Amino acid sequence: MTRVAAWCASICLAASVAAAPSGGELRFCLYSEPKTFHPLLVADASSEAVRYLTAGVLIRVNRLTQELEPELAESWQVLAGGKAISFKLRRGVAFSDGTPFTAEDVAYTMRTLFDPGVVSPTADPFRASGSTVKIDIPSADRVIVTFATALSGVERLFDQVGILSSRSPKKEMAVLGPFLVAEYKPGSEVHLQRNPYYWKRDAHGRRLPYLDSLRLSIQQNRELEAIRFLRGELDLMTSVSPETFDQLKKKAPTAVRDLGPSLEPEMLWFNQAPGAPIPEFRKAWFRSKEFRRALSAAINREDLCRLAYRGHASPAAGPVSPANRFWFNASLRPHRYDTQEALDRLNRAGFRLQNGVLRDAQGNAVEFSLITNAGNQPRERIAQLIEQDLKAIGIRLNVVRLDYSAIMERLNRSLQYEACLLGLTNVDLDPNGQMNVWLSSAASHQWNPDQSSPGTPWEAEIDRLMRAQNSAASPGQRKVYFDRVQEIVWDQAPFLYLVNKNALVAISSAVANSRPAVLRPQAFWNIDTLALAPETARSTP
Amino acid sequence: MTAVRWAAGAVLALIVLAAVWPAAITGVPYDRQFRDYPNAPMSRQFPLGTDELGRDRLSRLLYGARVSLLAAPAAALLSSILAALAGGLAGYAGGWYDCLAGGAIDLMLSLPWLFLLIIVRALLPLNVPALLSLLLTFGLIGLLGWPSAARVVRAACRSLRDSDPVLLAAACGIPEARILWKHVLPNVQPILAAKFWISIPVYILAEANLGLLGLGVADPLPSLGNLLRQLESSLNPDPGAWAPLVLIVVVVGCLQIVRPAEAVVR
Repeated sequence: MTRVAAWCASICLAASVAAAPSGGELRFCLYSEPKTFHPLLVADASSEAVRYLTAGVLIRVNRLTQELEPELAESWQVLAGGKAISFKLRRGVAFSDGTPFTAEDVAYTMRTLFDPGVVSPTADPFRASGSTVKIDIPSADRVIVTFATALSGVERLFDQVGILSSRSPKKEMAVLGPFLVAEYKPGSEVHLQRNPYYWKRDAHGRRLPYLDSLRLSIQQNRELEAIRFLRGELDLMTSVSPETFDQLKKKAPTAVRDLGPSLEPEMLWFNQAPGAPIPEFRKAWFRSKEFRRALSAAINREDLCRLAYRGHASPAAGPVSPANRFWFNASLRPHRYDTQEALDRLNRAGFRLQNGVLRDAQGNAVEFSLITNAGNQPRERIAQLIEQDLKAIGIRLNVVRLDYSAIMERLNRSLQYEACLLGLTNVDLDPNGQMNVWLSSAASHQWNPDQSSPGTPWEAEIDRLMRAQNSAASPGQRKVYFDRVQEIVWDQAPFLYLVNKNALVAISSAVANSRPAVLRPQAFWNIDTLALAPETARSTP
Repeated sequence: MTAVRWAAGAVLALIVLAAVWPAAITGVPYDRQFRDYPNAPMSRQFPLGTDELGRDRLSRLLYGARVSLLAAPAAALLSSILAALAGGLAGYAGGWYDCLAGGAIDLMLSLPWLFLLIIVRALLPLNVPALLSLLLTFGLIGLLGWPSAARVVRAACRSLRDSDPVLLAAACGIPEARILWKHVLPNVQPILAAKFWISIPVYILAEANLGLLGLGVADPLPSLGNLLRQLESSLNPDPGAWAPLVLIVVVVGCLQIVRPAEAVVR
């Protein structure tokens, strides 16, 4: 039955592609200045978008099915449990300047990636396997990459590795992706043109991409972006806010699409770091599991979804959202909203509600501050809703909005905060991408970072399970380990997971073949097959 | 014209009364969330509708007006007094006073206040009571707002110092303090008055902007500034969301009408 459905879908897709016209210019926005066009130095969202549109990779994660698909590698084989990976390369492929693509380019890219002088953020996930890499080229179309130690799910990491040319005089500006950077006007726009040497063809043998060019306006103000979209000046919007989504829905109901839960949960945590400059009695509250679970039970997650996200969110149970189909632990349910349960847990932990004020065993009134970043309206609304929810159990919450850099300074350096409300951006579906959060020795183990040894037995257990899943051979066994990690996190609540916000996009009706996905880059992940209707196809100026 | 001034005065009096005693108009607390009625339209229950968290816009407007219409004029008064002192001293006394005050003005105008305010926020504890946060915010605004006006006052005092009436008064042996009080101050008063009135709406908005640095009036306590922020994030805001803007326009307009004619700079 599934095969028949897939066959029908592919027939429909082929028909729509056949009907899709070639040419035209697609326009959408980047929300900040791209910091680099070097595919291995990407560290910001705008550069990542440009890399996705221009760089060729060996293996691509299909954003819709979340499965791996061959790109510049026709096939691959993971060897020695993830210690090595062998690629069979596609023949007859050329960079955007006509330079042929060879195995030497893959070797050059991997050497550059691991070059300590380059400091590539893309290399960080690979470094879990050591800081060295060995490249073998047994034949013209075969490359074997060997790491110092085994790395589970290593093949997925190649989705982020844009292949560089070892011989092109244009260096990193010679690309293997569907588009190439034609012009960059700082502060204004990035203009991408069709790569005439792009290797992919559609079912009818036509060379992709269909579009002639992309014009990416650098536009920080999302309201202006929405106005421009409504005027027809833009064709796509990704990561649309709930307010804008509802406004657009009124004016262009067919353009907006709610894709369901994204990979970006909103969460709250308490500062449990022993060295944090906050009173000891507050640290004792934050270290109490009963206190954390009580506060989780006191938060009405349904209201957060309904009021802060206008219904475009769902209550979160853990670190992995249902959007991550394989790694999501479906047995976990969000902590139930129950103020009586919250008070019972607090009583068990020695807290007492007196005249509407919750006090600990020493008589200290329970009051603490919650920092969150200013300017994120859904998050600010979440903070206000939580403030009222906690007021109902006698807790006074002082919400402090700070600029993002000030928050990062407090989280990563001074540790001068009590509780924090932020979102997590999961760019990697694999749990190895979260190693930097779950290992107790990690810097991003936010509630108590950089521990020399695990501070609690359950953190030690998480450390053990994360390492075990990293070295397990089969995906099934890895899932068993990571499911257990999610269960411990659910039970101990070092992070109070609040909501999984939905992925919201807007796509003009002029855009053909659009199949938006929750994974970034959402609306334009299939950029090489997107097309514009004839009446709206704009010629390149 | 008198009738218009009386009408403007009456409107102002009503607004001030409502802001000082909001409980007389609405019994709804400004922070109460009617979660079943988010973004409700105007109705008898909610005359200005509700915001996205179901909070009564009228109640928040009245309490916000109390905060902003008391604190912003106080900050404007503080900066006007500082401008009068620094600018007056520099312009009238001259010499090294002028050098010192001129240097202070130039320094204040050239400092990167954004970064300094971020440092101020970093030095403050996170658990600051709402009233203290309010006083700090408007106090900072008042302390930082004087230099541009001080420059104008300084120039005015310098020309007054050499004017015939002041020279004649000095020649007659009138004490310096009396000359300042009777001859100089009345002549710079229109400048200071203009500075004062212009500063009020500017400071209301400045408070909202400081909110982005964690320094503004902390939610859930409303201010006209943070209520205005609702307008900047919506393509098509509810009619009730415009009320803070209308109130500021009405208040500033009425203030312009009722203030004494001689205070107008010509």
